[in-house]
Amino acid sequence: MPQGEAGARAPMQLEEAVVAAHDPFAEIYRRLVLEAPRIGPLVQPGQFVHLRLPAPADAILRRPFSVFKADARTVHVLYKAVGRGTLAMTRLAPGERLSVLGPLGRGFPAPTPGRRPVLVAGGYGMAALYLQAARAPQPGVGFVGGRSAVDILCVAEVEALGWRLYPATEDGTLGARGRVTDVLDRWLAEQGDAPLEFFACGPNAMLRAVAERARRRDAPAWISMDRNMGCGVGACLTCVQKVRDPAGGWTWARCCREGPVFEGREVVWEGEP
Amino acid sequence: MSVEPDLSVALGPLRLRNPVMVASGTFGYGPEYADLVDLNRLGALVVKGISLEPWAGNPPPRTVETASGLINAIGLQNPGVDGFLRTYLPFLRRFDVPVIVNIWGRTVEEYAAVARRFDAVEGIAAIELNVSCPNIKEGSRTFGTNPDLFRRTVAAARAATRRPLIPKLAPNVGDIAAYARMAEEEGADAVSLINSIPALAVDVETRRPVLGNVTGGLSGPAIFPIALKLVWEAARAVRIPAIGMGGIAGPEQALAFLVAGASAVAVGTANFVHPPTAVETVEGLRAYLRRHGMGTIRELVGSLAL
Repeated sequence: MPQGEAGARAPMQLEEAVVAAHDPFAEIYRRLVLEAPRIGPLVQPGQFVHLRLPAPADAILRRPFSVFKADARTVHVLYKAVGRGTLAMTRLAPGERLSVLGPLGRGFPAPTPGRRPVLVAGGYGMAALYLQAARAPQPGVGFVGGRSAVDILCVAEVEALGWRLYPATEDGTLGARGRVTDVLDRWLAEQGDAPLEFFACGPNAMLRAVAERARRRDAPAWISMDRNMGCGVGACLTCVQKVRDPAGGWTWARCCREGPVFEGREVVWEGEP
Repeated sequence: MSVEPDLSVALGPLRLRNPVMVASGTFGYGPEYADLVDLNRLGALVVKGISLEPWAGNPPPRTVETASGLINAIGLQNPGVDGFLRTYLPFLRRFDVPVIVNIWGRTVEEYAAVARRFDAVEGIAAIELNVSCPNIKEGSRTFGTNPDLFRRTVAAARAATRRPLIPKLAPNVGDIAAYARMAEEEGADAVSLINSIPALAVDVETRRPVLGNVTGGLSGPAIFPIALKLVWEAARAVRIPAIGMGGIAGPEQALAFLVAGASAVAVGTANFVHPPTAVETVEGLRAYLRRHGMGTIRELVGSLAL
């Protein structure tokens, strides 16, 4: 069982960060900006940070968040208050300190020269793709889907980087009505056999759909898998995902260490042998 | 002139520079936390449970957070003896920290076989017998809670190795002192306790168990007072040392275990939350000894005034 260490990466840091800003973002989301000068400059696109939130007091584990933006001094995360933990998180005030572990995981690789980068995001999956778009040598196209217009974020930010974005909503309140993969399929049908490379973050069903389309085109699909996490560093073996091993069977990979980004063909999907 | 307090302890033939270890299953095999923790400052490092052959463990979800605790049902996923020796031991040998291997098997013979394998390996300080992990269905539960099976497992492992042997006791038994005494009678060098406590989490919306394995083992701050009572009962029943664990989040709980009779302690779930917990606990113990004018940590062990 290969639980060995993946390739070289910046050593993770444990840093007492200060909340620099914390505000509503795109209607239903919130943006937390952390002053974290040790972690910020090390972040690679697709990596995550593990936050120790001060409340609720009986919630002992850290919470993982994709990094939205990062620079020499700060790390930004976007989140939606959906549970007890994220509701308590909304009360974090500027100036408060919290412990941040990061950067963690294997993020997106640099885009392959000669392949057009294609982002595919479900809901706030776009937050995990923003850095990849911002640091790509040249812009590509992006597809972002959600139930309704309020679920979709960062369209203006990514368009400002020169990317062409195609939103899709199930209720038709923004972009095309339907699923993001419907819009993607229509676009793919017009591309002939142009070389593409996919970068995706969102629900598992969407990731699987993107991986299948990439496989049919013999293109790489770098997908960020979301799993419940414990330690975030590879010790507890909570966030395991079945991946193919060279011998033709499967093995567990840790989303926090070998992931969260996997190449679509590595992944053994539910129901597959 | 103040003298540096002596933090060293002995577990049978095994000497530790300080009494704070990291518990099996909460620290991987060493490299996972090496960016953040100076392994040379740990009293000992107990690696995740190892079996004769690689083992895939349980289907996800494997852990769930509960009030002040964590229920896990990892199912002892591990690379097997050879995988450990190949992938991790060379890394661990670069450090000056006692490495304790936690081992398990599906039969008494398998326990003995794994102990025999490690008996021949350089760089293994001791062997902890995992007779109490609640996550193995093929009988491992009963190794730690069935007196006859427990005794035979300890005896078989004892016959298979000269290395210090540390059975890890299950908390869910009627008389923990009896198990500690059996371990001593069968030649164990120390006992460690407690393992996680069998537990269940239910999703009331789906009315299904949260964990893929249905049940798991509870750890974390929630179990500390239970662990403390069991360590106190076990330690006073035997002459071999006890290693106390369960819910240590810092020096306060570590001190309580020592006062209750533990000769050493292990930090578990707290490693996931705050990786430097063990080394900070060492510093907290040192500060306590200075503050109380004690020359050695051993003055504290079993000093509970009744």
